[in-house]
Formats: sequence, structure tokens, C-alpha cells
Amino acid sequence: MEFRQHQLANGLTILAECNPDAYFGAYGIFVRAGSRDEQAEIGGVSHFLEHMVFKGTPTRSAEQVNLELDELGSSSNARTGEESTIYHAAVLPEFQTALIELLTDLMRPALRLEDFETEKKVIIEEIMMYQDQPPYGGHEQLMLEYFGGHPLGQSVLGTVESVGNLTPESMRNYFAQRYSPGNMALIAAGKVDFERLVEDAERLCGAWTPCTVQRPVAQVTPRSGFSTLHKPNSTLQYVLQLSPGPATEDEDRDGGSRIYWKMLDSGLAESAGIGSYEYLGAGLAMSYFCCEPKLAQENLELLNSILAEALAGVTAKELELAKQKIVAQILLASERTEARMFSVGGQWLNNQSFKTPAEIANQYRCVTLDQVNAVAKKYPLGNCRTLSIGPRTDLSPG
Amino acid sequence: MTDRQAIFQHRFDNGLTLVAQSMPWLESAAFSFAIPAGCSREPARQRGLANFCCEMVFRGGGEYDNRGLVEKLESLGCDYFSSTSIYHSFFGGAMPATGLLEALGVYADVLRRPQLPEDQLEDGRMTCLQEIHSLEDDLSSRVMLELRRRFYGDPLGRHAEGVIEHVNQIALADIRSFYASCYQPRDAVIAVAGKLEWPRLLDRVTALFSDWTGRPVSDPPTVPPEHGVCHIPFSSHQTHIGIAWPCVPYNHPEYYLARGAVGVLSDGMSSRLFREVRDRRGLCYTVSANLHSLRTEGSVVCYCGTTTDNAQQSLDVLVEQFQLLSRGISEEELQRLKVQIRSGLIMQQESCRARVGNLAGDVLHLGHVRTLDEVSERINGLTTADINEWLQAHPPGPFDVVTLGEQPLELRDGIPTASAR
Repeated sequence: MEFRQHQLANGLTILAECNPDAYFGAYGIFVRAGSRDEQAEIGGVSHFLEHMVFKGTPTRSAEQVNLELDELGSSSNARTGEESTIYHAAVLPEFQTALIELLTDLMRPALRLEDFETEKKVIIEEIMMYQDQPPYGGHEQLMLEYFGGHPLGQSVLGTVESVGNLTPESMRNYFAQRYSPGNMALIAAGKVDFERLVEDAERLCGAWTPCTVQRPVAQVTPRSGFSTLHKPNSTLQYVLQLSPGPATEDEDRDGGSRIYWKMLDSGLAESAGIGSYEYLGAGLAMSYFCCEPKLAQENLELLNSILAEALAGVTAKELELAKQKIVAQILLASERTEARMFSVGGQWLNNQSFKTPAEIANQYRCVTLDQVNAVAKKYPLGNCRTLSIGPRTDLSPG
Repeated sequence: MTDRQAIFQHRFDNGLTLVAQSMPWLESAAFSFAIPAGCSREPARQRGLANFCCEMVFRGGGEYDNRGLVEKLESLGCDYFSSTSIYHSFFGGAMPATGLLEALGVYADVLRRPQLPEDQLEDGRMTCLQEIHSLEDDLSSRVMLELRRRFYGDPLGRHAEGVIEHVNQIALADIRSFYASCYQPRDAVIAVAGKLEWPRLLDRVTALFSDWTGRPVSDPPTVPPEHGVCHIPFSSHQTHIGIAWPCVPYNHPEYYLARGAVGVLSDGMSSRLFREVRDRRGLCYTVSANLHSLRTEGSVVCYCGTTTDNAQQSLDVLVEQFQLLSRGISEEELQRLKVQIRSGLIMQQESCRARVGNLAGDVLHLGHVRTLDEVSERINGLTTADINEWLQAHPPGPFDVVTLGEQPLELRDGIPTASAR
């Protein structure tokens, strides 16, 4: 396993974790472009652009792109979040150059009007699909309410209205501002021919013109409160809560197992848990559960008492179990080439220096009880902002 | 691929099969126990019993109580799961390979010496009921489960979660009785993949399971399917469409011909359904078709989620594509599919979890494992002439359709529906 890096003169970063024993290579183009970079009137443009990238370039039609991706036997996809857009594919070693030629060409999309209007319909279908799925757009509403007018509160998908109003022109402007080579990285993991990767990148991306990219980091002022989204034909009640968390690495995963025993093992809730999300300048802890509506108030009070107890700290045994679990998960993920590619790319997105899975596992092993309990005190897991979704409209913060 | 495949299989006198693949390049291992305690074994008035039993079995076994069991597995770094399907209940996990043999010992306690504790019966029941409620809110699953229920009839069309009224009535004695008759070694499979030494694994499993005994289980009576078109009225943004037609199952000699045909329909971004329904017309975000196999029956199942206004057109385009398929596939389509399948097979080898699922599935369906070389050979051996001849003899249809949404949909005149079967 060898970590390699290179930067083109125009600023494009190339990072690879080369593993000669791997069966294939996973490749990704990571762009620092997400919903937090959008003005409200172009809400959803990052995600729509991600779709449009697959609709062709000046030299390839949408159909050709799809044919070529399948001819390479690639397992390819893309994802857009609040802070990044990632295009990725995995192929057998003999297809590396062909894939890089295709992926890099896609980064200069044609954005043809006819494709734009057809794909707009697909995006609206996607928005509607999530509207029908629990928690029925609740996540977006909660983020909006928690962040207020802060760009991190904007929906990644956008709304039917904002997407409906988008034009190829506004997308082109957004593209020109974000898809500058200095704001992008070509990431690879697995059986990678790094020299060839750099050569190909020089040849294919060397002429991309750089521009200055900015991402203002406005201060977040979380808005606390409780709100309700009424869904009369939902069978279960869903509750989501946000509170501030560390903006950097999360070391505070203690809540999970207490929630398991009190809410899941007992059958009080269908699902429940807590997760952390880190952004530039802001971090979040999101706790959630869903359950039969008649149990929702009881569960909400239970969840909040568990979160409040976390403030008092965790026990040595709990920490030890959590560490074992995390370290095992890191080992399992370290064997998956695509997971390695995402890890390397994720570290680049966060401006972190590269760490191997063993180094990351070791960091977790070294976490002390005092450190965890200090984090638990610094970021109390409270019900800062709560959204209740479902047939009941009478839940209260308790 | 050959040099990196080492597959071992042993059948014990009690009917239990152990199958394993050594993957020495990994540091992890995965395992799966398939116990012949699926929901097809439940009495007709106790739908949900198999899943409830699976839930209760995991609430303590041997020396471990509920909490001790979970803590033990977590201390081994085991990411574990359990689930129930038509024929089997599955218990499995993935973990650092160092703890594998110890984890198997924990599962011997769970599966052979469960406590089935009375004081946890109501917690277990609540957990099972919550799962049923959760399905109600998952509209695409609702459609596909209803489609399967109608297509296969009872018990093969069941889903494991069962029926609320039945789960409410299940007593601990019912669970104990189901456990006694179904949790036994005949037709059970233990699959293991990852970093392992076969002789040590075989010794360990012999010590833990070779003296397990049990009687063969008989299948409950069957109820015939309900074919045709069915609509579930529901106020939703999208209409969820499920379509099924009969096809050969996994253990059938013609399976790979069907796999080739359905692959052209649905594998990849250049597949016909993705291109015609989503890419060219923008009618949906999700569309797919897959082969589904039981022991002696199989089907092609297709799903599409689309807004109410687009729903009828989506159904029309889907059916049109199914019918066009019977006219044959092209050489280019087959070549693309072969590359995709070959890549997928090679990529699968880095994951012990993926392999363990295939090992168990192969033994359950075929009695032995198809090596990746064998699968690769069969895929490479496919020709457009063979697939097209097969498609002519077995054109898609007749169709069973289930829709959920604001408005019912119609199959155009002349489209064979399953009611005509």
C-alpha cells in the first residue's frame, strides 16, 4: 500500500492509495461544490449539475456516455451533498485510462437545452420520491429551521420550484464558479497505475483554466425550537433532532448503545440512533427515532433523558466497547477499494493530511475517557431543534 | 480468477452443510447460518411467527443473556444481523477474522440453546410489530410485497413480517414449538468466507454442531396465486408500479439465458429500461427489473416509481419494452453485459460479506457452490442466438401488475395479463 500525490500546474490535485494486490481500481473526481455554495434562487443546482454531467459533453452524447460507462464494466455513480459533489467509478485495471478519459471529459459538460429539460423531469421525480418516503422531506425542513438563513440549511435537491426555474445559463455560471481545477481532486485507490494516472491527467486536464473559488464561512447561529410536519397517512411517527457538534472529527459516539438498549431492544421504537455530521465551520449531532404514534411522546422524553445523561459522561466499559466496534468497522471498510477511495477523497475535502486506516484506528484506540467526557460536556446532546413528522400533531418537547 | 478461489464443503450426517471460501488476502471474515425456519413454515393463522421466533432466539442463549450476547459479539468486533425469508431464517455477521471461531461458539449457544426468555416476550413482540408498521410507510416495498403475495400465492408469496393481528396473538408456547420443529440441522447451511483455515474451521463446527439433531419439517398446504392487475388507492406524490411475469429459477438449466435477457433490460445505464423510461423520457428516477428465484419457481420483477401524471405513460413504455425484448437482443448489448457481469464477479472477491451470501445461496438453491470461474464460463458462453431463441420461446408475460397511488392504471388492449393464464 503506497500513498502517492501530485498537483497539476492549474491546481488539480491527484491523490492515490495504490494497492498492487487489489483486483480493481476505484476512481473519483471530488469537487468542492454543494448546496451551501448556492444562492437560494438557484437551489438544487449542484445536484442538477451532477445529473447533467452524465448527459454528455461537446464530443459525447448522453447515450454515448452511458454506453461507454457500461462497456468499461464500470460500477459508477455520483453524489451531491452540502459541501461536495463526487463522481466515481470502479473498473478493472485494463480500463483505467479509458475511464479517466471519460470521467475527465464529463467534467466539461455540454449542458444542452433538450437534455436539460428532460433531466429536469427526472430531478422532479426524485424530489417527489423523497416526499413519499419517510421522513417525508423532514430532514430538509429540520436543517432549514436549525440553520435559519445560513447556506448549510439549504436543501441539496432543491424544491420543485427552484429546480423548475433553473436554466442552462444559470447552471453554466455556477459551473464556472465551482468546477475550477484548484477546487477539484482526482482520487484513486486500489490497483492504480499512478504514473499513467498523472500522465493522463496532465494530457486531459492540463488545459483546464483555473479561477478563484470562494466559500464564505458565515457563522452559524442554531435556532432552537420544536415544530411539526403533519402527515396524516403515515403509519409511524418520526422525530428528528439537531444539536451542535464538533466541526472536526467526531469522538463522541457513546449515545448509540444506550439508545439501543432503552429504545430498540425494548421494542419501544422501530428505529433510533444518533449520528454526527461535520461541515466547514459547523458540526451537528442528529438524533432520531420512529415508532408507533401512541409511543412517540414517551420515546421523545426517553431520548432526551438519554441525551441529557450523556452529559454526565460515559463509563470505561462503554468506551472500550465503542472503540472495539469502531476499530472493527475501520478494518472491514479498509478492505473495500471503493471505501478507501472515499476515505482518501474525504480527507482531501476536509483539508486533512492523509492517514492510513491503521493510523485512524490507532487514533480511536488512544482516545481516553477524559477526552470523550470533555467532548460530551462541550457539545451537550440536547433537543436544540426538534421536528415531529407523522399523524400526530400534539407532541411537545416534554 | 482460479488461483484465488479455495472453496470447501462438508455435509454432516445430521444434514447440516458447512461451506467455506478461504480468502487469505483479507483480515476479516463473514459467516451466515441459514436455518430452515422461514415464514413458509408458519401455520396460516400465525403469520409473523418465524420472524418473532428469530427475534426471540437472539435474546439470549447458553450462558449469555440478551445484553451479554450483544456485548460479547461487539467485543469481537462482529457486525451482526438476523433476518427471515421464505424458507430460512438467517443469522450472520462480519468481523476481524481473529474472532471468527469464538463467534461461531456464541451462535451455537444462540441457535441450539436459546433461552427464549418469557420476560422479553413483550419487548420482542413490540419489535416485530414496529417492523410491520414500518413496512406500511415504505410504499415501494408495499407494492412489491403485494405483487409477490399475489404472484406466488401462499405460503411462497409471504413476507416474513407477517400480520399484526397474528403477531398480537402469538404466545411463548407457539415460539417454543416453532423453534423445536424448525431450528434443526437438516437443510441448514453454515457459510463462511474470509481469512480462515479450513481444517480448524471444520473441527470447530464439528465440535459445535455435529451432534445437533432434528426431524425433517413438512411444508404447509399451498393456496393458489391471484393473478391480474390490482390497484391500492393511496394519497401519494408518486405512483409505485410493480410488474411480474413467470421465469426460470436459479437452479434451472436455462437460468443464464434469462439472466442475459433481463440484464439487457435492466443492468447498467445503457440498459433498455434506464434509457427508454428515465433517460429519453424523464418519466422516473427509479426503474429496475430483476430475476427472483424460489426453489422451483421464479419470476422477473420490475419496479418503477413515477409521479401520478406520468404513471400511465410509464406503464405503457415499460410493457412496450418487455414486448420488444421478445424480438431479441443485439450483439453489442450482450457484449456490454458480459463485461459488466465479469467486472462485478471480480470485484465481489474483495468482500467476504458478498461471498458468504453467494455461498449460502448456492448451496440452498443448487446443493453446491458455483465457483466464479463456472459463472464466468457460463456468462462467456452466452450467445445472442441462444438468448434470442429462448426469448422467442418464452416472451415476457403474462403480466401481473400491482400499483399504489392516486389513480389505477390500465394495461393497453391486447397486452396479456396474468388473469388469462
